[in-house]
Amino acid sequence: MDKSTRKLNGSEILIQCLLEQGVDTVFGYPGGAILNVYDKLYEHPEIRHILTAHEQGASHAADGYARSTGRVGVCFATSGPGSTNLATGVATAYMDSSPVVFITCNVNSDLIGRDSFQEVDITGVTLPITKCTYIVSNVKNLADTVREAFTVARSGRPGPVLIDIQKNATADEYDYTPTTPEEFSANGSARIARLKSTHHPAIGYPEIDIKAVETLAEMIERCEKPLLICGGGVVRSGASEEFRTLARRMDSPVAITVMGGGAFGGYDPLKTGMIGMHGSQASNMACDACDLLIAVGCRFSDRVTLNPAGFAKNAKIVHIDIDPSEIDKNIKTDLHIIGDAKEVLTLLLSKMKADKKNDGWKNYVFSFRRETEYDDPENGTLTPKQILSAAAEILPQDTMVTTDVGQHQMWAIQHFRFDYPGQLTTSGGFGTMGFGLGAAIGVQAGNPDKTVVLPYADNNASVQQFDIGNGQTVAALDLRRSLLTDYA
Amino acid sequence: MQAKENEQGLKRYTIITAMDNEAGVLSQLAHLFSRKGYNIETIAAGWTVDQNVTRFTIEIYSDEERIKLLCSQLRKLVPIHYVEILDPSKSIRRELMLVRVKAEDRASRNEIIQIGNIFRGSVVDITPDSITLSVTGDDQKTQAFEELLKEFGILDLARTGIVAIERGEM
Ligand SMILES: Cc1ncc(C[n+]2csc(CCOP(=O)(O)OP(=O)(O)O)c2C)c(N)n1
Repeated sequence: MDKSTRKLNGSEILIQCLLEQGVDTVFGYPGGAILNVYDKLYEHPEIRHILTAHEQGASHAADGYARSTGRVGVCFATSGPGSTNLATGVATAYMDSSPVVFITCNVNSDLIGRDSFQEVDITGVTLPITKCTYIVSNVKNLADTVREAFTVARSGRPGPVLIDIQKNATADEYDYTPTTPEEFSANGSARIARLKSTHHPAIGYPEIDIKAVETLAEMIERCEKPLLICGGGVVRSGASEEFRTLARRMDSPVAITVMGGGAFGGYDPLKTGMIGMHGSQASNMACDACDLLIAVGCRFSDRVTLNPAGFAKNAKIVHIDIDPSEIDKNIKTDLHIIGDAKEVLTLLLSKMKADKKNDGWKNYVFSFRRETEYDDPENGTLTPKQILSAAAEILPQDTMVTTDVGQHQMWAIQHFRFDYPGQLTTSGGFGTMGFGLGAAIGVQAGNPDKTVVLPYADNNASVQQFDIGNGQTVAALDLRRSLLTDYA
Repeated sequence: MQAKENEQGLKRYTIITAMDNEAGVLSQLAHLFSRKGYNIETIAAGWTVDQNVTRFTIEIYSDEERIKLLCSQLRKLVPIHYVEILDPSKSIRRELMLVRVKAEDRASRNEIIQIGNIFRGSVVDITPDSITLSVTGDDQKTQAFEELLKEFGILDLARTGIVAIERGEM
């Protein structure tokens, strides 16, 4: 790599920094304040820009891209209404811990604070729904801010960050010296050095408490009726293999949260199905009767626990999570281990002695249904299960699925059998209607060889229908409970 | 010292935290408190030995469980360096209060000055019909001072809010 320092304008510096991070796709929608950046994009065919019909669609696309590839998604929008149109997408990514860097441009520095045309304090708007926000008013801070933003988005518990660049900083020139993400994170900014040296939860976490891991290994040894909960953290951490090994070695039934879909095998005989409000009888009966419940990367949301006081009332509850602020937030636990799921599980597996056999307990749990059953409609029409199961049969087994929000979302999660992390992209925490189409575009962009399917529902369609007929979509069949396939 | 309780039986806590000294950090901090349903009773800030770092002392009413959660949420903010809850028995809390009192005759002027002396306050301004005093102490002391001055007629009053520091190890 040519490490020599060059003088470049802010827009070119921004693009160079994106290239440093390995970005090859950005989603967005242009406008006046961000025009300098878009002008520079023409000179960089190595970055593909996917134009959506509305910024919200772009925000979900960047989010879907991130969730399905494990890479950081990037989304551009202009100042004012362009940036506020992102807000729902930012919150959606935040609630589901999806790493996205949102880049907005604002009016010139000398116009800030004067209620200038299309000026808005977007960092103020997005403060509670991002891991961090940045304002760049001077080009000299641009490169390191972008690098730091990517570091923060992907590290620790991942999440969205927003950089608001004032227009002058996209036009002015400054020295640019290339670096790599590894180099930057090793000796980058003073901020990163502080975050690292203090084990700041935004980018890391303290060393795993080995004592707690050993205690857990002993608890596993002693328990007779274990239940594992597979949460979204297993997906984000890439801990799917370790989790499956643990389940096998514990011979434990596994309940899956909405966000955990794909991390545990959909055809696995240990799977009890979804847990909580929309959960299966097997999951909820197991939760009620188990004597040890281990939740991995799950935040015990109200949709999972329903009534926290009665949740797993006969069990010792163990929580493994990367975010210290999730511990004892919704459910009081008996033991917790803070750390990345993959690392904690690897350590746990190394501390476990004999493998277990729990046939009696499994017989009990699996005497209940693993799928939610719905009554057959009286007029002889097809049930959602019939339609979705048939679709799952026809489509390639590794088909990626995105969903909107509502009844069909739960049906899709219940009736498609997700088998690998990233296979399901759904708005779990924020429940954003209109998420599915944008997300599908992003998932397809990140996974060009896969078939991507969105079971579409009519009301969701009307929330974010902009992208239909935007050249991205080919077929819109009868939308009610039908499948919309073939994204460009 | 016994920590105070409010009407809901919540205890008063003193949190100290340090943040990067840059635009926007106060709103990030304050926002988190309001998002979690807290009213900030007092907040005082200023830079530390390092001028790039601002240290805040914040007092709120809470309970053991919720404040632990709040602190771990605070620790997630990128500009935050550290967050600690001070133990009242091992820390010193002080605030500065400025108060302008009606003092239109010699008798009340004398009495106000005497009260000020007892509280080790100082007269910082005097006019024919008012006296302004400054006093430092914990909130109980400033509260007591305020009570005593009420009968003269308080014209204006300002508090800095509590700043707190841990006592040295013995
Ligand atoms: C932006 C937004 N607005 C409103 C809601 C509340 N909401 C959740 S599901 C739903 C209805 C969805 O209906 P439809 O698209 O037909 O899907 P179905 O539930 O029938 O599968 C509504 C209004 C939401 N989740 N998000």
